[in-house]
Amino acid sequence: MPTRIDASGERIAFTFDGQRVEARSGDTVAAALIAAGIDATRRSALSGMARGPYCMMGICFDCLVAIDGVPNRQACMVEAREGLVVTTQDGAMEALS
Amino acid sequence: MTRYDLVVIGAGPAGMAAAIEADKAGLSVLVLDEAPAPGGQIYRAVEATDAARRTILGADYAHGAELAKAFRASGATYRAGASVWNVSPEKVVDYSTGDGSRQVEAGAIIIATGAVERSTPMKGWLLPGVTTAGAMQILLKAHGVVEPDTVFVGSGPLLWLIASQMIAAGAKPKAIVETVPRGRLLAAAKHLPKALKAQNYLAKGFQMMKAVRKAGVPVHRYGEDIVIEGTNHVEAVTFTADGERQRIETRHVALHQGVVPNQQITRLLNCEHRYDTVQRAFAPVLSEDGETTLKGVYVAGDGGGISGARAAALTGRLAAMAAATAAGRSVDGAMVASVRAALGKDRAIRPLLDTLYAPSPEALAPADDVVVCRCEEVTAGDIRAAAKLGAPGPNQVKSYLRAGMGPCQGRVCGLVVAEIMAVTRGESLDAIGYYRIRPPLKPLPLAELAALDEPIAAE
Amino acid sequence: MSDVLVVGGGLVGAATTYGLLREGLSVTMLDEGDIAFRASRGNFGLVWVQSKGDGRPEYAQWTRRSADLWPGLQDALGEETGINTHYEKPGGLHFSLSEEDFEKRCALIHRMHNVHGAAHYGAEILDAKQVRELVPGLGPDVVGGTYCKHDGHASPLYLLRALHTAIEKRGGKIVPNASVSAVAPDGNGFRAETAKGTMRGDKLVLAAGLGNRKLGGGVGLDVPVAPEKGQILVTERARPLLPMPTHVVRQTSEGTFMIGDSHEDVGFNLTSTTPTMSMIAARAVKMFPFLKDLRLVRSWAALRVMAPDGYPIYEESAAHPGAFTVNCHSGVTLAAAHALGLAPMIAKGQIGDELSVFTAGRFDANAH
Repeated sequence: MPTRIDASGERIAFTFDGQRVEARSGDTVAAALIAAGIDATRRSALSGMARGPYCMMGICFDCLVAIDGVPNRQACMVEAREGLVVTTQDGAMEALS
Repeated sequence: MTRYDLVVIGAGPAGMAAAIEADKAGLSVLVLDEAPAPGGQIYRAVEATDAARRTILGADYAHGAELAKAFRASGATYRAGASVWNVSPEKVVDYSTGDGSRQVEAGAIIIATGAVERSTPMKGWLLPGVTTAGAMQILLKAHGVVEPDTVFVGSGPLLWLIASQMIAAGAKPKAIVETVPRGRLLAAAKHLPKALKAQNYLAKGFQMMKAVRKAGVPVHRYGEDIVIEGTNHVEAVTFTADGERQRIETRHVALHQGVVPNQQITRLLNCEHRYDTVQRAFAPVLSEDGETTLKGVYVAGDGGGISGARAAALTGRLAAMAAATAAGRSVDGAMVASVRAALGKDRAIRPLLDTLYAPSPEALAPADDVVVCRCEEVTAGDIRAAAKLGAPGPNQVKSYLRAGMGPCQGRVCGLVVAEIMAVTRGESLDAIGYYRIRPPLKPLPLAELAALDEPIAAE
Repeated sequence: MSDVLVVGGGLVGAATTYGLLREGLSVTMLDEGDIAFRASRGNFGLVWVQSKGDGRPEYAQWTRRSADLWPGLQDALGEETGINTHYEKPGGLHFSLSEEDFEKRCALIHRMHNVHGAAHYGAEILDAKQVRELVPGLGPDVVGGTYCKHDGHASPLYLLRALHTAIEKRGGKIVPNASVSAVAPDGNGFRAETAKGTMRGDKLVLAAGLGNRKLGGGVGLDVPVAPEKGQILVTERARPLLPMPTHVVRQTSEGTFMIGDSHEDVGFNLTSTTPTMSMIAARAVKMFPFLKDLRLVRSWAALRVMAPDGYPIYEESAAHPGAFTVNCHSGVTLAAAHALGLAPMIAKGQIGDELSVFTAGRFDANAH
């Protein structure tokens, strides 16, 4: 299980698929999810297989999630904020919701 | 449209050093960087880390703080969170700040977008719980998050550095499976005399390995036939080492086979590139001061060939001085000479490292059933079949199979696709070539693009 | 030495080669390297009948013939290669953003009906309400449109791969990296000077797109084609929404939205440019407002192969019989006609009367 090595940052929380995730200010969404032991963030639109953060630097687009209803966001590039509603990116998005 | 004498893309060591130098020479400078704070990946979050975290990360990392401080103090305009998505041959740069896109005109451009980790396709590498080793370091640097009991697989100085940093952070790796083939050390040894000119690097390397051994981390050398097992998550790594098939259970695997130049912008601009047979990667063709084959467009740092952070800062300074000279500013010739000399000394270590830590054969030639393009789930076998059918290069493969058409724009698969094709077709990498890169460099909301059709949004 | 030497491995050359192989001929298809103009890679993917050939009924008929042959081509390629070209024929919609444009469209469809007969032509005029019943997500500016049941779409890229694979399976020879610098008569046949050496064939088919202009002279063919640049945008994947293609936006079988296009006279230039991309995006968002929330993932520019009047050029050399030129800018729409209609004519050694209007002689100022 991942751990945090220090107590830096203010404590915040958001939800992932309805589950509460504790985070610190300055975390990216992907970092907070990994710290919480969650490393599957999307399902492939092709094979349906689970995928998660791989590069953590905005290159690979494997950490895609929906954030506050906006699909296909890169979790490793978006800063975590109090109260975000994050969900698994389940395959392709709905174009017209 | 706003105009700057110089637009620097990237705020890592090369970009920061270039901006400082160009500002000193009297150029108006804009620095665009995707991250929320300067530092690039090597000095990521360096302004925010406390003393304890800096101790774990080491003196080389802490050095970045001084550079960031000088950068902040310079007169360069700095835009954080700015993602460049197009650069035209006329040097107009489009970038997105999340709340809209802007355009800026540049007298000269320094591309300082650094390196990316070489992708290492293997069975099971798509599973959640498998990351690059660099990803683990980013988690540590920027977020203080560590994953104990990780199995590191691959090779390279960064692999050892990150493993030793994990130990210092109290997150001992479960094992290191090193993929350097037998005989490499001998081949690399002939570069030792030159490498002695950069003794500090050698000493650091030995310290890292010593730290790993002292901590009691099992190191399996000459690892091959690596398979990551699991169904919805990593469960174990199996491999052959010392003639024996071994299996290590783990929830996290970190892969690394060195870093390679990030070519996206130089490819977008159709700059000439050549394949470096020692570093096993494409790099743009550069003048001594980093100018590409497109006049007024420079590359500084690892994007021009892998040399590390210190060298990156030096090349940033050289490119900035060259751009200033081209813009008619006076630049001290003695300064240029001294930076060039320092660069030569710093790079003395590279032949040794590049030879010893060249990617393992199986990282360049994955088995047929291994997915190479993560976005479109195209396998190595698909690519070989396309090459046999007559596809002369990666662009025809892209047409046939959609490899490289996903949101990552071929960043992850491009080099492996070219390597596979070169072997299958029996041609050189230069003959095979690389994906043609087009805008947007990063996916861009259509609304944001459409908004540019209004009278151009001012910078 | 093959029966036929085909210069060009794009959709036109590959469809023709495939058709010639079906006729039992041996064929060598010469292709360029990885970096080439390759209009095939830039094709939008419509198999489009409506509004084509206004004032040139033979073109309307040829286009329709291809649309009718397409299901057979799709099935044959699927059977031979296992590759699905994703051809679908749900009909297609052309819609208008202004009353003025709508009136022009209506007049066009009436003209086509007068020439071809309404029942045969198969197009319908739809008012603002009817278009919305047909296709969801249209913006408020859309005032009406025209629907034609013979329209459809396919994946240009899968089509190209299927043709290449079928060619290989039928024993055709594909030679990549064999850019052709010149062609000439050679004894009873023809030769091509290529980057891979000299190649010979009893017959010669020039299907090199814009390259035909330079090569044609070697075998007495005048091919006055010029480049017209078109830029296209592609979004990220979404779940299926559009039930049919429209003239400028279509949802592919992968779920991405392809958004066309521009018509630029800028010579041999393949750069994707921000001003044109933003114009295309702005127009698309006006047509389908939901597109604003999708991300652009890729863009590209390609060069259409345009004759002065926009119609194809099909011609056998009068000076050197056995040498043919095949040129068009609708490589997907006409793929079935080229494979199953034109190739048998070339195999027989004579282009049929129905295509006689497509010789380059029509551009000769002294003709007529």
